[in-house]
Amino acid sequence: MLSSIWAIFLKDLKSELRTRYALNALFMFVVVTISMILFSTAGEVVSGTLLSGLLWVVIFFSAMSGLSRTFVSEEDRGTVIFLQLATRPSVVYFGKLLFNFALIFGLNLFIVIAYLLTMENFKVKSFDVFLVGLILGGIGLASASTIIAAIIAKANTKGTLYPVLSFPVLLPLLMTTINMTQLSIEGATFSETIGHLRILISYSAVVIIASYLLFDYIWKE
Amino acid sequence: MDFKITLKNVRKNFSRLLVFDSVNFELTIGSSLAIAGKNGSGKSTLVKIIAGLLSPSAGEVIYQIDGKKIDKLDWFKYIGFVAPYLQLYDEFTGYENLEILARIRGLKNYKNKIEEVLKRVNLYARRDDLVRGYSSGMKQRLKYACALLHEPIVLILDEPTSNLDAEGVEMVWKIAQEQKKKGILIVATNEAEELQMCEEVINLDELKLKSREQIVK
Amino acid sequence: MLWKILLGLYIAIITALAFVIPIGFIPGLGERARIIFLHVPSAWLSVIAFFVSMLYGIRYLRSKNIYDDIKSVSSAEIGFLFCFITTVTGSIWAKFNWGSFWNWDPRETSIFVLLLIYGAYFVLRSAIEVEERKATLSAVYSVIAFVTVPFFIFIMPRIMPGLHPGSKGDPEGAGPVVTFKMDPNMRILFFASLLGFTLVYLWIFNLRSKSEILKLKIENKIYQEVQN
Ligand SMILES: Nc1ncnc2c1ncn2[C@@H]1O[C@H](COP(=O)(O)OP(=O)(O)O)[C@@H](O)[C@H]1O
Ligand SMILES: [Mg+2]
Repeated sequence: MLSSIWAIFLKDLKSELRTRYALNALFMFVVVTISMILFSTAGEVVSGTLLSGLLWVVIFFSAMSGLSRTFVSEEDRGTVIFLQLATRPSVVYFGKLLFNFALIFGLNLFIVIAYLLTMENFKVKSFDVFLVGLILGGIGLASASTIIAAIIAKANTKGTLYPVLSFPVLLPLLMTTINMTQLSIEGATFSETIGHLRILISYSAVVIIASYLLFDYIWKE
Repeated sequence: MDFKITLKNVRKNFSRLLVFDSVNFELTIGSSLAIAGKNGSGKSTLVKIIAGLLSPSAGEVIYQIDGKKIDKLDWFKYIGFVAPYLQLYDEFTGYENLEILARIRGLKNYKNKIEEVLKRVNLYARRDDLVRGYSSGMKQRLKYACALLHEPIVLILDEPTSNLDAEGVEMVWKIAQEQKKKGILIVATNEAEELQMCEEVINLDELKLKSREQIVK
Repeated sequence: MLWKILLGLYIAIITALAFVIPIGFIPGLGERARIIFLHVPSAWLSVIAFFVSMLYGIRYLRSKNIYDDIKSVSSAEIGFLFCFITTVTGSIWAKFNWGSFWNWDPRETSIFVLLLIYGAYFVLRSAIEVEERKATLSAVYSVIAFVTVPFFIFIMPRIMPGLHPGSKGDPEGAGPVVTFKMDPNMRILFFASLLGFTLVYLWIFNLRSKSEILKLKIENKIYQEVQN
């Protein structure tokens, strides 16, 4: 079971490294979005609080342009049956979830580095709060995005539908992580954000469990 | 070991389109079934239902080992499937495709098995080429390699010889003969000659006529 | 038939009473508190409707019976309508009470999210052609969306100040249900109105799902006749 999940993860990773289907586009997407923010705020003093919100806007839209690929490409190429015949639905789900975790961590790392280098007023005071928010936020983001990717892979207008379906589901998560990033700028201590952590952890747990229970219905018709 | 597949009153419709109704049969080890019918008669739909890729609209498909039902989630362990709509990963080589499959399936000592099966479908020499560069006949051969890798009890072939050359067709016949000795063979085809691969035949066109007569009566 | 006439009368009386019944003095709200008789029951109705929609969605996933899907959509449509009514009435009220139409108060945010979720739900449905697939995927989506909604109850008080009657700023605390002290008159009329709205919901829901099922049956019949 675990080795099968790992095998699916490795397959997706290898495929991504070989085709660079998502990676290159994502890289450019981040560069473009951050430049956009820089242009539109040139000459203005932008507060750290506002920049915290914008950081998650960048993360959300980058995720929306990359995380659906793992399911959509299987559906578009007709390789779904290959997987359906090879293993249980839950194995596929967790393999893809793992891949999206990896993708979002890579993405977040890149975004944050780019952000810290370009946004002068974005000064993180509590690094622990910031980092934990980023990691747990990434996990939650990937959890919800993965099941929604599985849904939209079967619909007609995949690209535009993805953010539309994801946003309301992700809103509680985004509100919490934005707030956490703001707190980290303001220099809040780690213990002040325990409540946030609880929300983030239980959000991911609830979404993953629900996805696991529902994935069978999406995967086979 | 006693293995049995049973279809009871299986019906399938896509919204209003009724594809077939009350399909009934039972297959045990050593039995083989050919599914005949015109284009669009529902052959592929039926094999997908047998393989658990589609759910029937009514009725049920049952897999049993020694009288014990197998959970639908575990059917994949017993099935080998070849079909035109089954696609392989074309950014990987033939060998990599098989390796991925073996790992996902959790097979042990898969290296030997992969080589064996590659030789069997005569792709060993081209094993390290990307599938993207394969001809359609070679892809079809690779699908056979994938289907046979875990030595399935049930082998399901939809349009078994599509895109194959004379030698490939011969290979398919050999595979079919061997499968009938050890397990169950199901072939969906519209070529009269290929119906000979199997002992029994179910014709979806006739089935449709029959069920229509019943309604008229 | 009779009960529908009675229900009509009942709702008419409640509506009339909502304007005239003495409600005592509520600090900070005054006469504006009367919105509770119509606005809160609409919100209540839309939440019930969404919940029923999700339950029928889950039932569809198990039964694969298309009638369950029809019931699920019908309920979602009613929920959406009343969610919209709640938003509009609430925001007109907010203009007079808080000075602007929209304030991102926790409850405003929650209702906004519900509108977004079900807006997305209908968009998803329109993007899928095959009936079974449409039914399955929208049911799954509504469950996933629904399990994330309760998080707002925990998040809002942390992040946002509440303006709403019965939320953080008020002495009674920030429960999900408005809990300020009500005059006995007011309390009775409020619960009577909740009951009335619930009955209205059951009626519309029945009517809507029945007519949609009939529509499907007729279409099937026509299709079969064309085939033969
Ligand atoms: N996913 C689907 N949605 C709607 N109709 C379908 C679908 N798949 C197959 N059909 C219809 O079902 C019928 C049987 O198709 P199929 O099983 O592929 O036929 P065959 O393999 O015998 O040529 C055809 O009329 C086809 O149009
Ligand atoms: Mg076919």
